[in-house]
Amino acid sequence: MSTIPIETAKPGRGSLFYDPRIRGYVYQILLIAVVGFLIWSAASNAIENLRAQKIASGLGFWNNAAGFDVNQKLIPFSASGSTYGQAFYVGLLNTLLVASIGIVLSTFLGFFVGVARLSHNWVLAKLAMIYVEVIRNLPLLLQLFFWYNAVLKPLPDARNSIELPGSIFLNNRGLILPNPQFAPAFQAVVIAFFIAVVAAIVIYRWSKKQQARTGRQYPNGLITFGLIIGAPLLVYFAAGQPLSFDLPQQGRFNLTGGLQIFPEFVALLIGLTTYTAGFIAEVVRAGILAVSRGQTEAAYALGLRPGPTLKLVVIPQAMRVIIPPLTSNYLNLTKNSSLAVAIGYPDLVQVFTGTVLNQTGQAVEVVAITMAVYLTISLVTSLFMNIYNKRMALVER
Amino acid sequence: MTDATLENARYAFVRRETLEQEAAPLTVAGPLAWIRNNLFSSPLNALLTLACLYVVVTSVPSLVQFYFIDAVWSGTNRDACLADKVGRPVGACWAYIADRFQYFIYGSYPIQQRWRVNIVFAMFALGVVWLLWERAPLKKVGAFFFFVLLPIGAYVLLLGGDNAESFLRFLILLTFGLALLYLILSFVPSLARFWVGPALLAVEKAAPPWQRFHRPKRLILLAMVVFGLIAMLANSAGLPRVDTGLWGGMMVTFLIAAVGIVFSLPLGVILALGRRSKLPAIQLLSVIFIEFVRGVPLITVLFMANTMLPLFVPQEYSPDRLLRPLIGVALFAAAYMAEVIRGGLQAIPKGQYEGAMSLGLGYWQMMRLIILPQALRIVIPGIVNTFIGLFKDTTLVTIVGIFDFLRTIEATLVDPTWATPTTRATGYAFAAIFYFLCCWGMSRYSIAVEKRLAAGQKR
Amino acid sequence: MHKIFAAALVAAVTTVCAGGAQAQTGLLAQIKARGNLICGVGPGLAGFGIPDAQGNWSGLDVDLCRAISAAVFNDPSKVKYIPLSSKDRFTALQSGEVDLLSRNTTWTMSRDTSLGLNFAGVNYYDGQGFLVRKKLGVDSALKLAGASVCTQQGTTTELNLADYFRANNMKYEVVAFGTADETIKAYESGRCDAFTTDASGLYAERLKLSVPADHIVLPEIISKEPLGPVVRHGDDNWLDVVKWTHNAMLNAEELGITKANADEMLKSDNPEIKRLVGTEGKFGEAIGLPNDWAYRIVKHVGNYGESFEKNVGSNSLLKIARGQNALWTKGGLQYAPPIR
Repeated sequence: MSTIPIETAKPGRGSLFYDPRIRGYVYQILLIAVVGFLIWSAASNAIENLRAQKIASGLGFWNNAAGFDVNQKLIPFSASGSTYGQAFYVGLLNTLLVASIGIVLSTFLGFFVGVARLSHNWVLAKLAMIYVEVIRNLPLLLQLFFWYNAVLKPLPDARNSIELPGSIFLNNRGLILPNPQFAPAFQAVVIAFFIAVVAAIVIYRWSKKQQARTGRQYPNGLITFGLIIGAPLLVYFAAGQPLSFDLPQQGRFNLTGGLQIFPEFVALLIGLTTYTAGFIAEVVRAGILAVSRGQTEAAYALGLRPGPTLKLVVIPQAMRVIIPPLTSNYLNLTKNSSLAVAIGYPDLVQVFTGTVLNQTGQAVEVVAITMAVYLTISLVTSLFMNIYNKRMALVER
Repeated sequence: MTDATLENARYAFVRRETLEQEAAPLTVAGPLAWIRNNLFSSPLNALLTLACLYVVVTSVPSLVQFYFIDAVWSGTNRDACLADKVGRPVGACWAYIADRFQYFIYGSYPIQQRWRVNIVFAMFALGVVWLLWERAPLKKVGAFFFFVLLPIGAYVLLLGGDNAESFLRFLILLTFGLALLYLILSFVPSLARFWVGPALLAVEKAAPPWQRFHRPKRLILLAMVVFGLIAMLANSAGLPRVDTGLWGGMMVTFLIAAVGIVFSLPLGVILALGRRSKLPAIQLLSVIFIEFVRGVPLITVLFMANTMLPLFVPQEYSPDRLLRPLIGVALFAAAYMAEVIRGGLQAIPKGQYEGAMSLGLGYWQMMRLIILPQALRIVIPGIVNTFIGLFKDTTLVTIVGIFDFLRTIEATLVDPTWATPTTRATGYAFAAIFYFLCCWGMSRYSIAVEKRLAAGQKR
Repeated sequence: MHKIFAAALVAAVTTVCAGGAQAQTGLLAQIKARGNLICGVGPGLAGFGIPDAQGNWSGLDVDLCRAISAAVFNDPSKVKYIPLSSKDRFTALQSGEVDLLSRNTTWTMSRDTSLGLNFAGVNYYDGQGFLVRKKLGVDSALKLAGASVCTQQGTTTELNLADYFRANNMKYEVVAFGTADETIKAYESGRCDAFTTDASGLYAERLKLSVPADHIVLPEIISKEPLGPVVRHGDDNWLDVVKWTHNAMLNAEELGITKANADEMLKSDNPEIKRLVGTEGKFGEAIGLPNDWAYRIVKHVGNYGESFEKNVGSNSLLKIARGQNALWTKGGLQYAPPIR
């Protein structure tokens, strides 16, 4: 047997070249150089192009008079005297409004459908399945077009409104509700409400402590309900009913007065809610399935009934699995609300990236601000959800 | 003493034969019991069941009535679908879909040139089947076809014009040059020693000439065939330029989706590797890009591509109107793809990395040969799901003025030729069927793959 | 990483699409070298710029593009039409994607000055009006108090609407959409009582309604909307070409030169006609065109009046009266400086 001469390790010719650390530095420097060059050339091109085209730059437009109107506004806004900056806030608030209501509604609907899919009730489970499959496999934009163009627009026109009990009117201009007018004394009701909430929390804590110590249970739900509804109601009547309603009247074209909920808003809200609920349902189902069967069986063995089992054993464990994807669904809903632009709901994108961009021509600033807003919403939500998630996470020994 | 059995029982009232097993009572098994247990097990359940049944009973028959029984199937204009002209209640106006079907597929693409689109459709279908059908042979050649030849072929065929034709000529020359190179190498393998290691070279030398370097040969052969066929078509029928402004319909929808997948997958791999890289600058840049894109809505990315991209490049390079949303969609999908792939990379046990490194493989060799094949395999369902999302998101290009399939439907809805009360419901139903079939098909595929992979993991 | 790919993608595809870099000479020279004119037009407005089923464009605005093409190439068909929505027409022009914009664009001071654009004339004097349903029984825009009005966003229309209702102290509800199609669809479905845009647009959009006769255009014109072709700042020669193409069409009408008699007019003794058709003087050379440039325009496209009648006037579906767009000699506003 011959021996094979083994080359002993000695620094080779290209040792510097093959040193992974040095290579790493070189790669990084190269990448930074390339990215830096691209950003620099994009910026210099942009400056060059903007100058050549005499497009104004900077945020000077922010305080210029807007000159256009927006139908749905949560803060005062009018063509006379309002600025582009105010238009931005009108759009932003409309985005936040539809997103926050959408998040609440889609959570309820999503949990219901998710639990329904796991129900023993065959018809219910199948219907839930069909719902989830249909909703998840169709583009949101198509669904919005459907709700807006095919469901809400064919409603009767303003002169033939459907009149619902309580002076509520429904027509293709939206849902017109009596507009509540608050007398100054109504403040007392609001104060009573907050006091009731605080009281309910205190009582809840106390009863939990009592339960931990003595094992005695209190009807917490009933107490909370009674306090939060009852106290403001009592004060309301005691203060002499400081609330009146401005009822919608038939005008020449539209119903005048009243509180109008625009069909664009309704279509967007329905679309976002049903769409996101389809995804939340899947998240909830996966979360519940992730809780091992042994947990349920153990709970039954301890004598818990199905309701408390779900509430005390399954859901708390499922929540750990549910929360991270739930967060991203909330963010998706917020981002998807930008599709408002397709059906004419004045959200941030429609008002700001649509009208303001066109009136000012300052694409770079307007698009950058819009992106920054969504990015901030995303990052802040992620941050809060991460904190919450840490608190909920399983603490392992 | 004998055992007491049925035969020797002493009492007359003791039965002597075994009874036949009786069917379980109706309340325990059988359809009635099933209904009781599954539908009416509690008052709440019964209420839910009744509510659901009510929904089904009220909606399904009227839908069937509208879309099938009362539907109009043929006609040339709206008179066919107007109730007072036809003299009966009119449901869905399928005649309108039939009349505009070509427009829904091709948009305004010139009629004489539509065969070009059909060829691209066929190539696309071939590529998809090749890659997705589990038992199809030569997957790597298929990937080359789908990710390299198909985009080039689609570009040349769909756009056409002088530039595309000279580009095609250049490609044909290139492939012929490569073919020649490999022919020479097959006979004089020693020439390859400049870039092939000695061990591999020895292996190649041992093989007979026609089997040497066989892998690249297949790719070159396929490229020659594809480009040759396109060139033959171009020579016989001509490929006049068709501006992107005329493109529309399903063709554009598929184009955006295909561009999205073709570019986002490799980009996503690079970004995912970048995010897991130990080099801080690379990691930081990848994280910034991924989180930035995932934090903003696609619409704003499209707006940015549409209005800002032309500013960022010198004026004479201003990108085509269709190209801008394509770039936007590809970058957007890449960020989501990167997160999916990162999940796959994280799921590969550390031992695999260590094993690869202990074999002396470099970073790229390790990734290419050991890690990525495993990681990509396990995230196929995730990739398909991202792709479903991408496919649905293609509808958003409508908002920046691209005539995708949904936009063509919307455009025909304002056309007075077919303005009837039911046109809108028909158009949306047709769009819904199209998107549902595509997305649902993909999700079924993803579930099947998931099951197959799960089967492999079972012990 | 991504930036590299983005840039590579942009660079790779655009070099092929844009046909390579062009030298930084005048736009007219670039157009001659390229062999076609790139014209930004509307996405489809009957009478002004609309493609037929075969993708051939026609309309008053399109005729201006064809006239320029005729003047430059002696062939009106060497035009590439890029349909642009009102939202991104200016960015398209600013970025150099189109050579000129000929699509119902209102000439305003801010557009002329701060957007870096130049208006080359007015080829249609328009004003904003309202379209309403007949059955509403409204005969004046002043009776629209409390109405819902559909409009397209990102247009001067949106601003004029706000001004008009504010000036007349009337309340209203605005519903703004991104595209003209969505706007007219919303109006037709009854989302709004009135639809507002330029009067010419009202006539054109009315054709898209299922029963056009059920709708009327109200008499009030609430704004001045001089519509005209637009070019970028900074290339005066190109501005001259566009401006004088339009003027040549007007002068041709005034002098009675038509598509049919253009060849005869070459033999005319009238000095004004001789200067226009290029048999006297070297007016074409001054703007970098052959001297028979105006003859080419009239020969291939016709004079302004012919173009008007064919596309929007009595020979079209729109049937808009000449009105303000008649020549100054006939009581209208169309007035071209003389060629001399």
